[in-house]
Amino acid sequence: MSPEKKQAEMIEEISGVNPLKCMKCGKCSATCPSYNEMDIKPHQFVSYVINEDVESLVNSESLWKCLSCFACVERCPRDVKPGKLIDAARQMVVRQKGQAYLSPDEIPELLDPELPQQLLVSAFRRYRR
Amino acid sequence: MSIENKEFKPKIVAFCCNWCSYAGADLAGSSRLTYPADVKIIRVPCSCRVNPMFILRAFEKGADGVIMCGCHPGDCHYSTGNYYARRRMTLLFSMLDYIGVENGRTRVEWVSAAEGVKFSDTMNSFVEKIYSLGENVRLGDLRCRN
Amino acid sequence: MQRIGVFVCHCGSNIAATVDVAKVAEMALMEPGVVHAEDYQYMCSEAGQAKIAEAIHEKKLSGIVVCSCSPRMHEATFRKAAERAGLNPYMVEIANIREHCSWIHKDMEEATKKAVILMRAAVAKVNLNTPLQPGESRVTKRALIIGGGIAGIQTALDIADAGYEVDIVEKTPSIGGRMSQLDKTFPTLDCSACILTPKMVEASAHEKIHIYTYSEVENVSGFVGDFTVDIRKKARSVDMDKCTGCGVCQEKCPSKKAPSEFNRGLNNRSAIYTPFAQAIPNVPVIDREACIKFKTGKCGICSKVCQAGAIDYEQKDEIITEKYGAIVVATGFDTINLDKYDEYAYNQSPDVITSLELERVMNAAGPTHGHLERLSDGKAPKEMVFIQCVGSRCSDDRGKPYCSKICCMYTAKHAMLIRDKYPDVNVTVFYIDVRTPGKNFDEFYRRAVEQYGVNYIKGQVGKVMPQPNGKLLVQGSDLLDNKQILKEADMVVLATAIEPNPDVRKIATMLTASIDTNNFLTEAHAKLRPVESPTAGIFLSGVCQGPKDIPETVAQAGAAAVKAIGLLAKDKLMTNPCTAHSDELLCNGCSTCENVCPYGAITYEDKEVNDHGIREVRRLAVVNSALCQGCGACTVACPSGAMDLQGFSNRQIIAEVDAICR
Repeated sequence: MSPEKKQAEMIEEISGVNPLKCMKCGKCSATCPSYNEMDIKPHQFVSYVINEDVESLVNSESLWKCLSCFACVERCPRDVKPGKLIDAARQMVVRQKGQAYLSPDEIPELLDPELPQQLLVSAFRRYRR
Repeated sequence: MSIENKEFKPKIVAFCCNWCSYAGADLAGSSRLTYPADVKIIRVPCSCRVNPMFILRAFEKGADGVIMCGCHPGDCHYSTGNYYARRRMTLLFSMLDYIGVENGRTRVEWVSAAEGVKFSDTMNSFVEKIYSLGENVRLGDLRCRN
Repeated sequence: MQRIGVFVCHCGSNIAATVDVAKVAEMALMEPGVVHAEDYQYMCSEAGQAKIAEAIHEKKLSGIVVCSCSPRMHEATFRKAAERAGLNPYMVEIANIREHCSWIHKDMEEATKKAVILMRAAVAKVNLNTPLQPGESRVTKRALIIGGGIAGIQTALDIADAGYEVDIVEKTPSIGGRMSQLDKTFPTLDCSACILTPKMVEASAHEKIHIYTYSEVENVSGFVGDFTVDIRKKARSVDMDKCTGCGVCQEKCPSKKAPSEFNRGLNNRSAIYTPFAQAIPNVPVIDREACIKFKTGKCGICSKVCQAGAIDYEQKDEIITEKYGAIVVATGFDTINLDKYDEYAYNQSPDVITSLELERVMNAAGPTHGHLERLSDGKAPKEMVFIQCVGSRCSDDRGKPYCSKICCMYTAKHAMLIRDKYPDVNVTVFYIDVRTPGKNFDEFYRRAVEQYGVNYIKGQVGKVMPQPNGKLLVQGSDLLDNKQILKEADMVVLATAIEPNPDVRKIATMLTASIDTNNFLTEAHAKLRPVESPTAGIFLSGVCQGPKDIPETVAQAGAAAVKAIGLLAKDKLMTNPCTAHSDELLCNGCSTCENVCPYGAITYEDKEVNDHGIREVRRLAVVNSALCQGCGACTVACPSGAMDLQGFSNRQIIAEVDAICR
């Protein structure tokens, strides 16, 4: 398996999303509050994963511009939920740093100026329970 | 799957009512939804035609699992047949469990004619369960064993 | 001992590609009773059937097994072929090695093994088959149509024109259905009422058609050719024979606060009302929930003003019992509830409306007398936004997974009509896909874009936000330009998904007609029997079977009528001979079977029996084979094992079980 395909599958595994369910309606982009800040738009996340181009997704501005407000997750009519994909991509970045899991005790160490706030928000959301 | 079960090919009998579940199985077929070949379907006019005797007979003859499918409650072609079936099977299955045929080996599932996906999903999960339970040793007629 | 022939079908490559058919035929010869086995390309073809006939003659076969597709597909074909060759048709069994084997398994060895086992089970069963003779039942030459919309009206007219009596049962006070609520129809922009009203009049004037409005089907019993139906005629509180339809009562009624169902609740109606001006019958009903007389006992104005003395406050619901040979379901649709779609602000602003509500707004008889205006302040809109696929094509639990089919076309129609009548109004349509298959449909949509300048934007709307200035801020995306759009609109129209009439589940249960997960009635075969329910004698007309537009509904209504006529034209029907029968020597007359029989087919008689030389009179169960439908409930309930089902006998099913577990 190519490394690109492996990455895409990892995104699908972490997010639990099947990107093939997308019918390209664009409701995610229509509802996104940080749309104008993003270089890759929410509806495009899905096709990046389908096209196995996770690298671009990981290096994009959008990765850190997403507020994890979950408006797209809430309103997606097809259960594709681009917000979960972007969350998974962030998770992958964290894992690549050798941090497979994020526990609340580790957060102070990670709190450096470069770390975006939204990562913390999404991490708390994810590991709340 | 454990090692001694490697060659284990379960015998699974599925009773399907003619109006809903058999048609659901047909739909699973025409939609090419796969499920293991261990399942063999017997067509009955209605789930209420399934005599508990048939299920005991299946276990006697070496079946490892028996599943009965009928129309959803309220949708029976004969109005009330599946209600009778539901009561009979509840009693039978608890009796079977008591004598050592685990509850996992018997199942009642409601599958409508439009639910090909549900049919194949049901069969896949049932067969998986039977594989995990292994060969049925209870009730078998020893004269039937080779 | 039977002499059995086994015929294995290749079904082209459908079976032969995964099942070694020659092997199955070879294995068949080793089964007890099998004297002949062969495989052939297409068993259902004329040549294949000829092979069966030839083998029956040459080998003197007493029973045959066909290993082929599902018995639901070709059992009847092979039974007829056997009958033509002189064999009793019930000596034929099918081993389903296509749907239940070759199509679902990939591995040839495994699939062949399974096919052999299925063949063995069928051979074991046919070894115990006995020739059966079908009985006869009569056909009541009268049809019932449930639902008086365009589908029901068209079906009724077609059946009645063929010379049969037809009854229409309609829940609301008038026939006409959804189509009567529409303003114009695509793609020719005919006025809906102009083409529907003549049909309604024709139906009501037809001597063979009887219309029960404000009535519901209460109970259905019986079977194909001989249904007995209870119809509840709800109390109208107006005598239909006396009323002249002058309308004075409606004018004078002081209670005018009930939301008008016909106008989708956009305005109010009086408590005594006809849904719309062209209502048929033109006899009002009193809405007892809204009527002051019924609520407080004081009023009675309608009774005072009625010259004909038709008002009858004492009227009660009436149950009419009637017999029918065929029943056509034409219950139609409604739009889905939008409570779960908060983002479109439907419940927050009166200026966000559904397309069906827009039909009423555009209609001259509607709440705004046909003027396009905002329902909040009555101002003429300048910017209109249409949102497509609201609740359609959703795989979550908020909406419906299917495409509602009609929305693309009616949105194009609305957009076009608005641009035509009010050229200064800007119309924007947010779409996911534009689906316009159909004669002159795509041309129609293109006209909306090219000729009328409707602005189509590929992308969905994320939210609609009512603003303090009364406008609606629409946030959507343009996927082709890759930008997010914020648009201030005066009105937003939602192309709301359609769903089957909520009452259809109750009706389907009464008819024992099957229904799918979306509450659409299931057809007997998705391609080849699209207007018949799997339950014999029940036919489907219109949207109750699946989303469709008016031309398709009318076409299907005609098709359902033809199927019903085909049934009504018969004098006698062959009944299923697979009925229960009781062994006189085993029966002890305990009445258990009588209690479980859903058809009342079992009675008890005192009969003289000869039990091993002892002659005595015993109370015995007797099955009326004309009433028995062959479910088999009694066979399992019988404590002494006297009841058995012909064609699915205990011994036959046990033989199948044994063959499978061998």
